[in-house]
Amino acid sequence: MHLLVCIKQVPDSGQIRVHPVTNTIMRQGVPTIINPYDLFALEAALELRDQFGGEVTVLTMGPPSAEDSLRKALTFGADRAVLLTDRFFAGADPLATTYALATAIRRISSEFGAPDIVFTGKQTIDGDTAQVGPGIAKRLGLFQLTYVGKISALDLHARTIDVERRSEGGVQLLRTRLPCLVTMLEATNQIRRGAMADALRAARATILKWSAQQAGVDDISQCGLRGSPTVVKRVFAPAARNEKATMIEPDEQPAEALINAIFRCRPALEIELAALARGY
Amino acid sequence: MNTASEIGASPSSRAAAKKQLSDRFKTYKHVWVFIEQERGQVHSVSWELMGVGRKLADKLKVDLAAVVIGQEGEASQAAATESFCYGADLVYMVADDLLKDYRNESYIKALTKLVNSYKPEILLLGATTLGRDLAGSVATTLRTGLTADCTELDVDADGSLAATRPTFGGSLLCTIYTLNYRPQMATVRPRVMPVPERCARPIGRIITLPLGLVEDDIVTKVLSFLPDRDSARSNLAYADVVVAGGLGLGSSENFRLVRRLADVLGAEFGCSRPLVQKGWVTSDRQIGQTGKTIRPKLYIAAGISGAIQHRVGVDGADLIVAINTERNAPIFEFSHLGIVEDAIRLLPILTEAFRARLSPHSRDRIAG
Repeated sequence: MHLLVCIKQVPDSGQIRVHPVTNTIMRQGVPTIINPYDLFALEAALELRDQFGGEVTVLTMGPPSAEDSLRKALTFGADRAVLLTDRFFAGADPLATTYALATAIRRISSEFGAPDIVFTGKQTIDGDTAQVGPGIAKRLGLFQLTYVGKISALDLHARTIDVERRSEGGVQLLRTRLPCLVTMLEATNQIRRGAMADALRAARATILKWSAQQAGVDDISQCGLRGSPTVVKRVFAPAARNEKATMIEPDEQPAEALINAIFRCRPALEIELAALARGY
Repeated sequence: MNTASEIGASPSSRAAAKKQLSDRFKTYKHVWVFIEQERGQVHSVSWELMGVGRKLADKLKVDLAAVVIGQEGEASQAAATESFCYGADLVYMVADDLLKDYRNESYIKALTKLVNSYKPEILLLGATTLGRDLAGSVATTLRTGLTADCTELDVDADGSLAATRPTFGGSLLCTIYTLNYRPQMATVRPRVMPVPERCARPIGRIITLPLGLVEDDIVTKVLSFLPDRDSARSNLAYADVVVAGGLGLGSSENFRLVRRLADVLGAEFGCSRPLVQKGWVTSDRQIGQTGKTIRPKLYIAAGISGAIQHRVGVDGADLIVAINTERNAPIFEFSHLGIVEDAIRLLPILTEAFRARLSPHSRDRIAG
């Protein structure tokens, strides 16, 4: 069985700072990590490989430094890593990203066999769009299972997969046919740390680096900035609120001071809350 | 969209792009809102979108249409009728029993068929699990732009949709255009936009299209659906009062203090992201960029420092009250009322003080 996991190297968003004057992202010293949701996807793929045999390929598109994330994925136990890197990919929006990744997956298919399942995280923590998974599925004609919390069954003979998919207000149990694309939620499974043998292998492993041409891109105008229908016109920091919080300076009884301040601000709240309280 | 490389690399070159709409897109008119139904219920994000959709349509002087896709019968009819009450000029509908449950394949077919037949210039969907699943597929099918999780939508001087969304976990906002492709697609998170006032309106025009699929055409099957138990289904996004806790609580045991205050106030409880990461609270209670967006009348944040990711989720609250030991905590930059106190110490006495203040007994006494 061939499992393919798309990962993205992202800045650790908790540590991002915005320059106070220029409103640009200050990247210096901000560490990069594998998008956390992609780690759940990688773990799901590794668990299936451990159970059913086969191999796991990890794929990313990014600058040459994204190699670090691929090597990390190899230390967790992935078998092969592919880095899609080319200046033509710069500035890609989700549609252009799915074009490049789908092209690379076709090349991987012809070299190493078509993947039975393509995995991604449900979204990245920098872009947050959740569009790339569905876009890849559409371009490759794969059945699409998003927001998957659990793969409950896989039947390689019948070529079917059953999953639990999170939806509004409940969980859908879906069955579809392979090959398919799965986007993973923060599942309850533990992310493995990786064995020493894998770490040693990863340190020596060769990472396949493909340019647009090597990946088989036949229409460069669909890549990067040129291939992106969306245009970022303006980037700005959220407006600061005009006034800061009114600070309550309690003397003896902070709780009463706070409650009085709340009801002074919103007198109607007291009536509504009292009505709610009578219900209890 | 708005990936690290993209914003760092070339905001200016992307901003330089001009609107040069090809002739085939010039016939695309009107604003559409996808009305999301799940098991016969319309998700309220759809009515929130009707409010902003109406504003965009009025600016462009075009019609606002609701798109109803679902099972044939009463529920879809009711969704269509209700759409008129929330401002739709007309409704496009694909109703078929194969659309009873959401499945990507059948819904893509229905929505792309409608778009290709009736050509909207703007198409809005809720950024729910259903809406995001569908929007990503449809945008790729139509090879058009999609701006996800918008917090603000407007129409520019040249009639283009200006879609503003947080990026980098909320530390920045960016305004995105789909200049030369149609439709211009956007998703909006639940609770970011207010629900417009509902008005009783006469039934309007409903335009229907057949789905044109049989069950065997759809590979994916829904084996079953397990609704969340009532206890697991939080009403967090729609609660009038929310009490939330953060790392300042110190331990998972202390989170009980938040739940007790919430109980006394008849409120929902929530938390900031680190508490979910630590496993103290389940992820459905997380408030913020990667969790839920809330718009309560009163929001009490106890021991939450107020990272920008958290702010994104609570900016719509009417009154934000912050309790934090650190006078310089960022939460005091966007809360309305603040108190520098240890939440662990303050929460229990605050709970008791609220209980006393709000109990019928004390009110009677005050009245007497």
